[in-house]
Amino acid sequence: MRIGLVFDVGGRGDKSFNDSAFAGLERAERELGVTVEMIEPSGAEDREAAMRLFAARGFDLVVGVGFIFSSDILVVANAFASTRFACVDFAPSADQPLPSNFAGLVFREEEGAFLVGAVAGLMSKTKAVGFVGGMNVPLIRKFETGYSSGVRHVCPACRVLSAYAGTTPEAFKDPAKGEAIATSQISAGADVVFHAAGSTGLGVFEAARDMNAWAIGVDSDQYDEMPGTVITSMVKRVDVAVYEVAKEIAEGRFHSGIHTLGLRESGIGYVNDGPHASLLPQDVKTRVDSIRDQVIAGTLRIDP
Amino acid sequence: MSQLLTLTFVAETIRLSIPFACAALAGVWSERSGVVHIALEGVLLSSAFGAVVATLASGSPAVGVLGGVLVGTLLSLLHGLLSARFRVDAIVSGIALNLLAASGTRFLLRAWFDSASNSPPIAGFHWGPTGSSGAAMLARTLLDPVTLLAVLAVAVTPWVLFRTRFGLRVRAAGENPVAAASVGIPVVRVRLIALCVSGAVGALGGIHLAFDQHRFESGMSGGRGFIALAAVILAGWRPVRAALACLVFAALEATQILLQGQRKLPPEILQMLPYLATLVVLALAAGKARAPAGLGQHATEER
Repeated sequence: MRIGLVFDVGGRGDKSFNDSAFAGLERAERELGVTVEMIEPSGAEDREAAMRLFAARGFDLVVGVGFIFSSDILVVANAFASTRFACVDFAPSADQPLPSNFAGLVFREEEGAFLVGAVAGLMSKTKAVGFVGGMNVPLIRKFETGYSSGVRHVCPACRVLSAYAGTTPEAFKDPAKGEAIATSQISAGADVVFHAAGSTGLGVFEAARDMNAWAIGVDSDQYDEMPGTVITSMVKRVDVAVYEVAKEIAEGRFHSGIHTLGLRESGIGYVNDGPHASLLPQDVKTRVDSIRDQVIAGTLRIDP
Repeated sequence: MSQLLTLTFVAETIRLSIPFACAALAGVWSERSGVVHIALEGVLLSSAFGAVVATLASGSPAVGVLGGVLVGTLLSLLHGLLSARFRVDAIVSGIALNLLAASGTRFLLRAWFDSASNSPPIAGFHWGPTGSSGAAMLARTLLDPVTLLAVLAVAVTPWVLFRTRFGLRVRAAGENPVAAASVGIPVVRVRLIALCVSGAVGALGGIHLAFDQHRFESGMSGGRGFIALAAVILAGWRPVRAALACLVFAALEATQILLQGQRKLPPEILQMLPYLATLVVLALAAGKARAPAGLGQHATEER
């Protein structure tokens, strides 16, 4: 079985989203004995070409990493019926039927953002916290909404300052702008800042360290990016989602349509264990863990 | 609105303006000598990369600054050789060098650091007090060696350009290369030297970006070179005014970020503001500003 992976703008080595997808396929390579090839497109035009290239060579699965693939991947999937396609963070456009060889992998980001929002609300001494978004799109606004709800759930009096770096994909790779936004929020009183902004968020960590505030990472455990400043990270298990699809195909039980992963499926979580969570006091962890259990049990609903 | 006049705001404005101002100064140096320079973006990006690689290789940020300056100077010199010496259209050469910088840095990131997006972190300079008070931030910003070098470049450029024999030759090459050549000024050589100065000054902007973020990030120049070019034009190719235009742009950028936090207007509108202001000012200034008359011309009588 052969799998082709097409990366998002950040590409391999982003220590986040793309690396996580790659880790899922490495695991598939080890445990399922599949072969994996990958392409890093340099621009929008290359994305569709890269997917076609894999499909034309008769690959069994082609994975597009990122919402940016959402429309192109359906076009290619319709053209190559014998190849299966999967899109991480698939953003369906209205009334477009999904082909039977396509799986859209989506996450309930609002659940994870809610948990780290609760962490921020409990950790804040100034009763003000910040959110820095990358590109202003519905996917990233889901992080913001979940985060704000989480903050207010534990701290109704807390203010949430939020801002976005831009409206184009470049907004995910402008750390200087991320630093400027976080600096502005911290000087307006925020003492915990969460980002959903790709490598723009690395600038958020710079600002938080310089100004003695705390930061919360996203997508993967980002503690190592700024030890002592990053108190936890909202973790999105892209690796789990990608691995599961590969496994379904290997075991002949692929099903098309939207696959949703949240806290219950362990597709979403937050760093609450080990040395990377040592800055979180035990009572904060206990409180947030109990919120997580409520969400998993279905007693607490989080609206996207 | 009270947040607009705080020390934090001033510090942020200065910090944001440095890459723009350095690139604009680089544009002035090049275009005053008669070479259209749209490769400023590539100069920023490649010098940021050069600074990070030199810092990682040597462990010293000072060597990093030298590395960044070297790479920026070489790229700019290459642009000069292509357009002034070999008479390639300067727009074509500029686009080619921007593409070279974007893909070359990505290629080397992959080759040396096994990543398509960012380098390992570097220490950079870390001078001045820590803390979140406005005064501490301003002190940190102003004590940054790269910022100081940039301010020095802004201060020295007008003097060299308008008060020295070399500056006169640069301007002569830019105003009327044929006449300059006829009185014995080696136009191509003067332009190449001006392009080297341009590259070195512009590199400070790239180095600032990289040191500020303590790493190289693929595409981290983010169009700043082009905004700087707009600043050069609306400043009428005058160095101090170009730097001031960049300071104003940075202030608008910082204001935009502040206003986003107050949620009175949709963020898309606010993010447009600095660019919209640039367009408006450009439209108003375009009629008055006079480009160097020999911009893009060659000294055809030179052998």
